[in-house]
Formats: sequence, structure tokens, C-alpha cells
Amino acid sequence: MIPLLSVKSLSKDYGTNIGCSDVSFDLYPGEVMGIVGESGSGKSTLLNCMAGHLAPDKGEVVFDTRVDGPKDTLHMSEPERRMLSRTDWAFVHQHAREGLRMNVSAGGNVGERLMAVGSRNYADIRGKAVDWLSRVEISENRIDDRPTTFSGGMQQRLQIARNLVTSPRLVFMDEPTGGLDVSVQARLLDLLRGLVRDMGLSAIIVTHDLAVVRLLADRLMVMKDGQVVENGLTDQVLDDPQHAYSQLLVSSVLQV
Amino acid sequence: MSEQAYNFAYLDEQTKRMIRRAILKGLAIPGYQVPFASREMPMPYGWGTGGVQVSAATLTPDDVFKVIDQGADDTTNAVSIRKFFEKTADVKTTTNTKAASVIQTRHRIPEDELGDDQILVYQVPIPEPLRFLEPRETETRKMHALEEYGLMHVKLYEDISKNGRIATSYAYPVKVEDRYVMDPSPIPKFDNPKMEMSAIQLFGAGREQRIYALPPYTKVVSLDFEDHPFDPSRAPHCCSICGASDSYLDEVIINDDGGRMFVCSDTDYCERRVAEGHTGVQVSGDAA
Repeated sequence: MIPLLSVKSLSKDYGTNIGCSDVSFDLYPGEVMGIVGESGSGKSTLLNCMAGHLAPDKGEVVFDTRVDGPKDTLHMSEPERRMLSRTDWAFVHQHAREGLRMNVSAGGNVGERLMAVGSRNYADIRGKAVDWLSRVEISENRIDDRPTTFSGGMQQRLQIARNLVTSPRLVFMDEPTGGLDVSVQARLLDLLRGLVRDMGLSAIIVTHDLAVVRLLADRLMVMKDGQVVENGLTDQVLDDPQHAYSQLLVSSVLQV
Repeated sequence: MSEQAYNFAYLDEQTKRMIRRAILKGLAIPGYQVPFASREMPMPYGWGTGGVQVSAATLTPDDVFKVIDQGADDTTNAVSIRKFFEKTADVKTTTNTKAASVIQTRHRIPEDELGDDQILVYQVPIPEPLRFLEPRETETRKMHALEEYGLMHVKLYEDISKNGRIATSYAYPVKVEDRYVMDPSPIPKFDNPKMEMSAIQLFGAGREQRIYALPPYTKVVSLDFEDHPFDPSRAPHCCSICGASDSYLDEVIINDDGGRMFVCSDTDYCERRVAEGHTGVQVSGDAA
């Protein structure tokens, strides 16, 4: 099977500080990969390098495109990469306001990606927006409200709807549950798990919350100081951590 | 200071060359906003400094010049710009649309069809159609370069979701030659279909330092949705003075009791129709 995303020795420095160094892995279709580690361990740098938001110093990010098969996204032309990032890719930001247009209604936010790929029928766009809002548990009568009037959890769900409306194949998530209270987190995780399973999405989830990866991720990568120190099946890494840092991470979680 | 102290049409020759280069580039790439080194003009920004500079670079001593402001030849902006060029360029001026070779306009296209020996110069306040959707200039330039115009439709979507129809009634965005999305300056959308014309159209934005252009017979399509097509709306009335039923109308409040009348915004068109013997239905003070 061809991996959907294949990362080969990706490195990024910030001057003398290491962002991430020599990271390699393959992500297969339908697989959810979690990246955990403490703050400053290079998780977000790695994610941004893969999603094309940052230019890595070296390495390859090969994506299995629908038309041309596996292609190195770092050497693609910019129009091609931007097209990819609004069709086959999605990026869920930690803070919903970075991923939403706050002065555009919820329906407009969901519809933007559709219009960006050429949809020009108002009724169709509206219909898809209604459908997607209901799938992320936002009531239809909020469709013309601006996200500024939404709660934090609703904004995050709206951001997810806006990203998934074009049926992407790969979703990058940067701390999708950060800043939400635990009951809202639980609902969001439940929703995400359902969507990922139903749509057969592949996803890369960066988080420092082990509960999130336990619920969502098939495989886990533990990062420290820009290096991958351990990787394997989620349950295996969490139940039987081998590396000293993974052991510390697992044992640091409060047992209630 | 005597008039002779000015170079022809106020600007010096080097400046006019610079502006002409921008105009030629704009004509070569219809709808593309060409940056130019806009000069301080002896009038405030917002009074048409962009249009004045384009007119100054376009005028020759043989030209006949006309200025309109919201369709009218006799409003402050039109009168002062006309006087400006009478004084600094000593060109003939007219209010007759057909007799003019260069027409500078603010917010209207004349009702009379223009010919291929005429140039229409627009005054543009904000040349960037994406400005209020995406505040970063670096980003909007990239969006133009990569033809990423989905955001423009988000604005129209918002219009329909709020008002049930596309409520944008002026500065209605257009796509030029299937490539660049362009702000047609704040003309009413009634005028949009007229932009496919045989005259050259030049757009000057002084404060924003941009020039763009439409060569004759350029394809100009107003953006819309399949199920909400573009509609060049018009008030459902006739002109009270000349009776015209095909012109763009201004609504004029005539008393404190809500009485109003509709008159052509193009004064030259209206006057000519009256001279030809057309009359409208005079409204009484209490008519609605």
C-alpha cells in the first residue's frame, strides 16, 4: 500500500535552537497519528512544516495526490500547494479564531472552501452548510450568526465543519481541544472520533493531552527536544512506555 | 501666478510619461492594478486626484474635455476639475457627451453609448475589490496572482443570507477577460453591463497609487451565483423631467411631507431629451 503521507528526515532549526530534527514516518490512508510531547518539543514546528506553513531546512514531505500520485509537497509550485491545502488537506488550529473568519456568518465560513473550489450555486452551498453544521451539532438556526456570538466549543466545532466540507483526505490538528473545558472536550473528541471513522480520514494530531491520543490515535510518536524518542501503537506506548521520557509523560497524568 | 507658469495639464512631462507607462501596462493586462508614483495634486485626496492624473497624462491640446460627478456636469467636483484643466491645459470643455473626446467621471457611466474615439477616465477611491475581506495587501496580491477569488463570492453569499438577494448595489465586483476580479469604482451596478464598450476605460486611484484599465470590447462579467443571477436594478419610474424610462434615476426629496421625484442622474442626457421635446410627468408635492 502507498502511504498517504511520507515524511523523510524532516529538519527545521531556529538559528542554533532545534525546531525538529530528522523526523521520518509514513502515514497510511485511514490512519490517525498522534504526536505528543511537552511544550517546546517541536510538535507544532513539525506539524507546520508538514502542512506547508513553515519551510523546513531539509527533508521531504511526499503526499499521495489524487491525480499525480506521490509528490513532494515542498517542491510543488505555490498555486498547487495552496490548492492542495484547500481541497485534500485541512488544518484545525488550536484557537478557532485563527481558522475562522470572525466577521463572516457560520454559513459563509463553511461555504468558503466550496466557493474557493468553484461552487457557484447558492442553494447547494447553503444546503451543504446546513448539513455540516448539523453534523458538528450546531443548530440550523445559527447559520446566519457570526462566530463571535458562539461559545469556544461551538467555534471549534464550526472550524472543523469548515475544514471538512470539501472532504479532505488528510487533516492536520494542532491541539484541537486546547482551551476547552473537560465536558466540552469530551463532546468534541466524541464528535471527532465519529467523523474520522465515518469519513475514513487520515489525521495527524498534535497534542500534549494523552487522553486525546488514547481516544483518537492509532499510532503515537513521542517527541522531546526536537527528536522522536519513541513511536508505536498508541496502547502499546501508553501502557508500556520504553523511553525514560515517555515513562515520565505517562506517569505525570493525574489519576482521578 | 500666470497660467503659463504651469506645464501643459499641470504635471511635468516626466510624470506624465510615468503615468502613461502605467496606463499602457494596465491596457496590456486588463483589470490588473498597476502601481504608480501618484503625485500630490492641488486638491484633497478623495476629490479625484487619481482620475485627474490619468486625465492629465491623456489630454492633448486638441482634446475636448468633459467632467461628470454622479452623472451631473454642474456639481462641485465636476466644475472644479473642469476649471482646473481649462486653466492648466487650456483645452476645450463641453458638457455634451458625444462631443467630448476625454470624459472624466465619478460614480457614473454616461447614458449615451461611447465611441472608439473616446476615453472614459474613472476616479477610484479603493481599487482593491478584496480590501474589506482581506486586509493584508501582500495577501490580496497573492490572491490576484493565483486567481483565488472564492472570497469574493463569500461576500455575495453573505449578502444573500442577510437580505435574500445580492444587495451590493454599487462598486459591484466584475471579472475581466475571465482573469482578474476588478472593482469598477463606485458606479451603480446598473452601469456594469455598459462596461463592455468601444471606448477605452482608464481607472485612477490617487491615494492608493494604482492605475488599471479596460481596452475596448473587453469582456466584463459581473460576479453572481447560478441561482441568484446578476440583476442591474433600476428604480421602477420614469424621469419626471424628460420622461426617460431607460436611464439611471436619482431620487429627489422635494418637500417635508415625503414628496419625491425621480430624475435622470445624467444631466446632459436629460437636457438633450428635453430639447428634443420629451416631457415627463410632473409630480405634485404630495405624490409618493
